[in-house]
Amino acid sequence: MEFLRPATWEEALAVKAQHPSAVPIAGGTDVMVELNFDRRRPDALVDLNRIRELHEWRIEDDDTVRLGASVPYARIIEALHDRLPGLSLGARTVGSPQIRNRGSVGGNLGGASPAGDAHPPLLASGATVEAASVRGTRLIPIDDFYLGVKRNALEPDELIRAVHIPSATGPQQFAKIGTRNAMVIAVCSFAVALHPHTRDVRTGIGSAAPTPRRAREAEEFIRAELDESGLWTSGGELPRAAARRFGELVAGAAAPIDDVRGSAAYRRHALAVLARRTLLWTWNDHRATGRAAA
Amino acid sequence: MRVTFTVNGRPTEADDVWEGESLLYVLRERVGLPGSKNACEQGECGSCTVYLDGAPVCACLVAAGQVQDRAVGTVEGLADGDTLDPVQQAFVDAGAVQCGFCTPGLLVQTHDLLNRAHHPSDAEIREALSGNLCRCTGYEKIMDAVRLAAARKADARGTAPAGSEG
Repeated sequence: MEFLRPATWEEALAVKAQHPSAVPIAGGTDVMVELNFDRRRPDALVDLNRIRELHEWRIEDDDTVRLGASVPYARIIEALHDRLPGLSLGARTVGSPQIRNRGSVGGNLGGASPAGDAHPPLLASGATVEAASVRGTRLIPIDDFYLGVKRNALEPDELIRAVHIPSATGPQQFAKIGTRNAMVIAVCSFAVALHPHTRDVRTGIGSAAPTPRRAREAEEFIRAELDESGLWTSGGELPRAAARRFGELVAGAAAPIDDVRGSAAYRRHALAVLARRTLLWTWNDHRATGRAAA
Repeated sequence: MRVTFTVNGRPTEADDVWEGESLLYVLRERVGLPGSKNACEQGECGSCTVYLDGAPVCACLVAAGQVQDRAVGTVEGLADGDTLDPVQQAFVDAGAVQCGFCTPGLLVQTHDLLNRAHHPSDAEIREALSGNLCRCTGYEKIMDAVRLAAARKADARGTAPAGSEG
């Protein structure tokens, strides 16, 4: 095995072009488990820890957060909880403090596990993945990024440089089911984001299908419901029946399996509950902020 | 490959390191520092918690080559000669050690917590230690030890608990 240590981003792209089968390692929280248990013996590891820019983030002119691929979850929680509340809530549920000091959104995306905690909030926010190779840079909409269980849209010579996440313009929520409050791989998870400026509601389902995915029918239902009843304007209470129907449609959008963490039926049931609750939380937050502003 | 880094402030060299090896293996088997314990090898138990450039991490999940030119702090570096760190002394005094296997990781993680929060609430303590598993104590004595260490450190600084401060 080779241990490749590029010092700059350009060098990293050159190394990946030369060694397309090399496995990138940043926080190591997934890659090292596979090495420790002899599940994987790559020809080479590419250490991304030395590339400083991957640990940095900045706010672009359009208020999008350009989050370096290796920014650890602990930093996201600390510095970006107001701009990226959904992702920060997800980040708080990742592993343990030790894991959150190392793990990053770039790693979650690279691994593309359906259970990754960053995925649902990224889907609900409408994020974009910045991938690059010596051939150039691609901006991949998050909706097109997940292709299958642990498969993503990256080419073998590409690396994830950053994720572009629009700053929240409305309330966001994330909820996750597990056996305890820490060190839990999601049985299932759900994120919802209200986008009041476009009168849009976006969702993300985790750990209940081969890939993280949106619940599009649920989104369309609630968008129409809010429009037709004039709730965006009136700021009125969301009818319980609408929240319940939203939950059912989210559960219907999932394609879960029975496994050691839970049964498919349980996952569907839990998703319906999480979706109903998080929608009500965000809507009530939105009403409260609207009233405070008025 | 050779890996050069500092451990507890001392320049250290490890030779013949396999490229897929973990920092934990290097510390225990090549550098002669077996304080960090090897239990789960998947970041679930916290027994191998060490400082990497000042942040507590699981040494089993850091590739050895990643610590080149970086600073590692282990449980062996907490005491000052024969004088235990207040966190270590509190674990002894509170009876927070039974089999002792999880203790090194808990010590490093508690040491970090008390550097960041001077008067942590019970909820903060539980959150900080949520990645450290202990199968003997039921955690109550560990909670006692962390509260004791926090109180003693506050005494040493001459500050009383102030609720929200931290």
